[in-house]
Amino acid sequence: MSIALIAIISVGVLGGFLGVIIGIVAKVFAVEVDERIEGVEDLLPGANCGGCGYAGCADFAKGVVAEAATPDQCPVCSADDVKSIADYLGIEAEEKEKMVAVVRCSGDAKNTVRSLYNGVRDCRSAVLVAGGAKGCDYGCLGFGSCADACPFGAIEMRDALAIVHPDLCVGCENCVAACPKDLIIMASATTDVHVYCNSPEKGAAKRQVCKTACIACRKCVKASGEEDHMLVDGFLIRTNYENPPPPDLVEASACPTTAIRLASQHAAGGYEGALK
Amino acid sequence: MSEKTRKFKGGVHPNDSKALSASKPIQDAPLLDSYKVIMHQNIGAPPELVVKKGDEVKKGDLLAKASGFVSVPLHAPTSGTVKMIDKCPGPTGISVPAIEITADGEDEWGDALEPIADWQTSDPEQLKQRVWDAGIVGMGGAGFPAHVKLSPPEGKKIDTLILNGAECEPYLTADHRIMLEQAEDVVLGAAIIARILGLKTAVIGVENNKPDAIAKLTEIAGKYNVTVQGLPVNYPQGAEKQLIYAITGREVPIGKLPMDVNCVVQNVASAVAIAEAVVQGRPSIERVTTVTGKPVVEPGNWRFRLGTPVSKALELVGGVNEQPSKLLLGGPMMGIAQSSLGVTVMKNTSGILLIAHDEVSLYTSEPCIRCGRCVECCPMSILPATISQAVENKRFDWAEDLNVTACIECGSCSYVCPSHRPLNQHFKRAKIEIQAQLRKKK
Repeated sequence: MSIALIAIISVGVLGGFLGVIIGIVAKVFAVEVDERIEGVEDLLPGANCGGCGYAGCADFAKGVVAEAATPDQCPVCSADDVKSIADYLGIEAEEKEKMVAVVRCSGDAKNTVRSLYNGVRDCRSAVLVAGGAKGCDYGCLGFGSCADACPFGAIEMRDALAIVHPDLCVGCENCVAACPKDLIIMASATTDVHVYCNSPEKGAAKRQVCKTACIACRKCVKASGEEDHMLVDGFLIRTNYENPPPPDLVEASACPTTAIRLASQHAAGGYEGALK
Repeated sequence: MSEKTRKFKGGVHPNDSKALSASKPIQDAPLLDSYKVIMHQNIGAPPELVVKKGDEVKKGDLLAKASGFVSVPLHAPTSGTVKMIDKCPGPTGISVPAIEITADGEDEWGDALEPIADWQTSDPEQLKQRVWDAGIVGMGGAGFPAHVKLSPPEGKKIDTLILNGAECEPYLTADHRIMLEQAEDVVLGAAIIARILGLKTAVIGVENNKPDAIAKLTEIAGKYNVTVQGLPVNYPQGAEKQLIYAITGREVPIGKLPMDVNCVVQNVASAVAIAEAVVQGRPSIERVTTVTGKPVVEPGNWRFRLGTPVSKALELVGGVNEQPSKLLLGGPMMGIAQSSLGVTVMKNTSGILLIAHDEVSLYTSEPCIRCGRCVECCPMSILPATISQAVENKRFDWAEDLNVTACIECGSCSYVCPSHRPLNQHFKRAKIEIQAQLRKKK
């Protein structure tokens, strides 16, 4: 008998023997798995973004089946997705509001660049070197740490400014923690009007470093009349998310610096060159 | 100079460029119209404001008082009026609170501190209190409150006092000039610190590239039982841990302080400030700073009041003869790049350095080629190449396991890296992330 034949036979016999053992072990020591976990996991988006607070979609599915979590805790699922999971498990689904991220800064490279930065391309590292390349202490640094953190590609870096695409954003909040300037907030997707500035400095100081800063001229506050849609916070105006303004407020307020913007228009580049 | 000096492991030899300003005597800067004194000039808690807008202050009057043990008071650099308390560009690029004082031109002293003429017999506690009251911090660059170093906790016995006159940072000559021109004050300061610590002797460590300073100090050091020791020329010889090793042979363990190996290190400029605070009753309101660099018309060493804007300092040296490309506070190895001329001189501003266009290159960071030069030169014997890769992958836990916290940020690794990797910046980032993690755990 040739050596090759001996090898084939001995390995074959050994393989068969081990296969039998594996078969027996699989039967005897089988772990009971709730089939519903897999079912729920199939209905989840599978992005493993961690926005729910669990280690991933499989872990979240376990939590939902064990009733430690409710399906609406998944920020990515639409209302319909949540309902289908609830129907699958035979439980009541709660209404959930879709949230999207807002980067409260409109200072792109054309507006605010102050110095040349040649170090690590990461916001948290850049902030260690003279506070980054831009003139504003409070604005977007422009190295895209939030865009890197976004598992859904919803943040675009345009001219060293992070811009959220509200239609792609699912509200997982990963970007919120990535920003060293605490610039990113979560707002209801139904609100389209935001103030794209986060600097509490005085108007003149802001204008020195950024052309599109909110200078607290209060035109938007006046345009909203008695309605309290916009809140005055020192030298900065903020959207009142408790009582959000209608989209036509942006036009009505005729903001001299275009700091107040519609999120959808902002993402589409509608304010490029809008400033005189 | 009899004792044997040791050479620490690693280090680099950058071109020191000290000749630009080493022979220039210290000049007193003329009185300015206004000063913007940055509030938080020390490591630790920021001081608490005690003046308000419109207050009249005399030179040396208290502007802010210490808000805790690791905090120092701040004093008025000249007499005048508090114009406003507002923000001013800070050394890290972020605007910080500052007190603007409009000088009245009188430059009249207030009655802040009494001189302690009989320091040789007075209570060491009183002397230590004086160091604190005078607002003295480590003037070599770190800005660590001096009185904290002079207060070893129970059970820690200090047996060696070292004065740091190494000045290993290229370009800077401020300490060199102080040792030449104020040698008596340096030695006197050493004797006062020794008395506070209950010691009989002190050692002044000076790099061998300053033979004139060594000779001058040696001449008078015997008066107070102080010795002067020459040190091999090697960057970063002036780093606290490397200096202690060179002089005593003791190694400070990772995460420990010099007092854990029974040593206290103070900068020579701090010693002069301490001598002035005790013998003359002068608070820390001025410092010697080297203004230098190739674009500077007249590089030199100047005694600036705190709050002198860098723009004014550059006017004093005759301005620039070419557009500089970079402004640093401190030296080229550890100095901090600035983005504004509005930043003002602080207690730890050892140098104002301009770098010309033809002296800088814009490199991009390339992948590590595993040449090991950074490992060879690292004076703390950590592995910069490996740690930087951990940081690039955001694995700060790996970086911590690789002892990134031992890094003294001397910049030697970034200096030698043929791939131009921003190693030092990676380590700064890692240390901040690790600290943030620690705070979260608490």
